Amino acid sequence: MPVLWLVIAVLLLAAAGYVAGRQRALTSAGNDPRDLHSLPSYYGSHVFIKTAVPALIAMMLWLLVQPLVIESRISNVIPDTAISADTTRSLVMADVRRVAEGLNLAVNQGAMSAEDAARVRADTTDVRERLGEVGIALGSDVEPYVLQAAQSYRALSAAMSTWMTLFVAALAIAGCAIGLMRTRKDFRARNVVEAAILALLMLASTIAILTTLGIILSMLFETRNFFQQYPWHDFFFGLTWSPSFSGRGGASQLGIVPLLWGTLYISFIALLVAVPIGLFAAIYMSEYASPKARAVAKPLIEILAGIPTIVYGLFALITVGPLLRDYFAQPMGLGESASSVMTAGIVMGIMLIPFVSSLSDDIINAVPQAMRDGSLGLGATQSETIKQVIVPAALPGIVGAILLAASRAIGETMIVVLGAGAAAKLDLNPFEAMTTVTVKIVSQLTGDTDFASAETLVAFALGLTLFVITLGLNVLALYIVRKYREQYE
Amino acid sequence: MNDMRFTERAVVEDKKIAAKGVQVYYGSNHAIKDVNVDILDKTVTAFIGPSGCGKSTFLRCINRMNDTIDIARVEGDILLDGEDIYDAKVDPVQLRAKVGMVFQKPNPFPKSIYDNVAYGPRIHGLARTKADLDEIVEKSLRRAALWDEAKDRLEQPGTGLSGGQQQRLCIARAVATSPEVLLMDEPCSALDPIATAQVEELIDELRERFSVVIVTHSMQQAARVSQRTAFFHLGELVEYGETGQIFTNPEDPRTESYITGRIG
Ligand SMILES: Nc1ncnc2c1ncn2[C@@H]1O[C@H](COP(=O)(O)OP(=O)(O)OP(=O)(O)O)[C@@H](O)[C@H]1O
Ligand SMILES: [Mg+2]
Repeated sequence: MPVLWLVIAVLLLAAAGYVAGRQRALTSAGNDPRDLHSLPSYYGSHVFIKTAVPALIAMMLWLLVQPLVIESRISNVIPDTAISADTTRSLVMADVRRVAEGLNLAVNQGAMSAEDAARVRADTTDVRERLGEVGIALGSDVEPYVLQAAQSYRALSAAMSTWMTLFVAALAIAGCAIGLMRTRKDFRARNVVEAAILALLMLASTIAILTTLGIILSMLFETRNFFQQYPWHDFFFGLTWSPSFSGRGGASQLGIVPLLWGTLYISFIALLVAVPIGLFAAIYMSEYASPKARAVAKPLIEILAGIPTIVYGLFALITVGPLLRDYFAQPMGLGESASSVMTAGIVMGIMLIPFVSSLSDDIINAVPQAMRDGSLGLGATQSETIKQVIVPAALPGIVGAILLAASRAIGETMIVVLGAGAAAKLDLNPFEAMTTVTVKIVSQLTGDTDFASAETLVAFALGLTLFVITLGLNVLALYIVRKYREQYE
Repeated sequence: MNDMRFTERAVVEDKKIAAKGVQVYYGSNHAIKDVNVDILDKTVTAFIGPSGCGKSTFLRCINRMNDTIDIARVEGDILLDGEDIYDAKVDPVQLRAKVGMVFQKPNPFPKSIYDNVAYGPRIHGLARTKADLDEIVEKSLRRAALWDEAKDRLEQPGTGLSGGQQQRLCIARAVATSPEVLLMDEPCSALDPIATAQVEELIDELRERFSVVIVTHSMQQAARVSQRTAFFHLGELVEYGETGQIFTNPEDPRTESYITGRIG
């Protein structure tokens, strides 16, 4: 709780600083706000920021560092003799923390006085029993050195918390004082506050970028481990995917080609379904539908986007799959399997319709009415206007929508598992079961996994490849959009 | 006796557009109030009047562009060559091919300059060969006084032109379709005096074959290019007649105040 109180105290001080700063600025201008460089509230905000921000940042850093410092100090206290064959230093440290926690609890509940907690000795008191009374169950009797370490753990964290409180309070007061001292009628408070807001915005974007970088780096790292165990050309050019898990023996063949083929084949069929239907629906909605029809139909189409993919998967498994098998695949002699590329592709396409239609609809609506007027005014029909003016003008956005849908298709897993199966195959027949990269990532990482074997690490290589492909798609989308922008604006 | 009948017949024949009791409402806003006007063939008619008085609105009635505005409602009759253009039989698309329009705000398509001008001819199949089309495009651009500036950049987007060039591009685009009536809504608002003079020359030239209606805020322009002038005020047609008559000897005091600069 002390941390919460500290935060509240700092914020209260900052709020007081706000009022004081505002008042001080007004006074310095002889109570005429027109003489101030900035609006009075900016002076208040400036003092608020100076008070709260450095103090709270310092507190956060302190809270991050404190446990590390304490751990390293205490683990030095533990004698080397205590670390025997069947325990490690970190296990002993876990004991220490648990005992320290127990002592805290005992003191809080009044079962032990603070001095008792600091002085008890393992040889005179049954610590295990007394901690048991307050609800901390220990697995074995407390060794004297553990108890000692726990006591110094408590003492150290108490001391450090006190120091932190003092330090943070001092920072807040100093910040408040500096802020107030700067407050004068010529002080450019608005610029300072705006710089602080800018810093906040930059921080937000940096976090997003750093997270992406972190993901890429971790994938890169594991992928490197994988390629140390498995030759890269076999991975990228291998035509067979047959991992063998330890125990069943035999060497694995981890070629990505069949998986990529399955991914692209299924995505292609999905787009073949989604793009025309979605685009035509969007054109109807934005150009022909009456406001009433639009108000009903648009939300209905968007409901499709809210259905969980697992439900689409079930639809593929029990309805579309058997239907395609019985009415198309078997009569044409193309296969006996209900799970097929076609099944997954069609169902995924249905899932993607609202992505394409909703985005394209917005984009088509954004084409200015003056374009339509210009074309209609020259005696063009509505459909000529749409074909020759509106769709070309909206094309960059439509391409963006399609590529977004493609990224979704490539990353989709559930529909594929239930609709197309999990057999990696390299085949042209769309009624054959196949599978995709994402499905294999899941299956390589589920169950008993050993994060050192190539069979598991391959998942990271697969993930990275997928990432590079979707990144490529996005770059392509940006390029296309920019190319048309240059031409059209 | 004979002479009288002859002049009367000539006037009836010359009438290209006849508007009778036209009312336009935007929702509950009564924007055009009972306008009666006869626009003559092979004549330039100028619409003048203060901003917001309904000049553009009335112009848009003549080729049914108000159909595209959901809240707009048009009442009364507008006859083109004696045929009611608001009749259910009339196809607004065909009407607009006959009655071309240059809008108040330039609105070039996001296409090349060439494709902008070729748009109408392509849709209506006016050119049989590529050479035909090239000729139409060149002629139209020349008439709109844009050819010299645009001839080396025909493949560049029309949206990349300056405001005044875009305005002339829109004029060229409308002329290329060879309409029977050309409605021009402030076609020179962004043009310099030289380009304005060229466009006025074009309007004069068009008069030989078409009927032209031009909205303008420039009294001099109305006096220079038009034979007939209509003065609108607050949605009403206050006065309509010979341009010379309107400018030198207006009947209505509001017209006089406007052209001498006291209202508007
Ligand atoms: N699309 C519209 N929706 C609603 N009201 C409109 C619309 N267009 C015009 N109006 C209204 O109709 C009236 C006449 O407008 P109009 O555009 O015809 O004026 P104008 O004479 O062309 O003016 P200006 O010289 O400024 O172009 C105005 O009161 C305007 O607010
Ligand atoms: Mg206007």
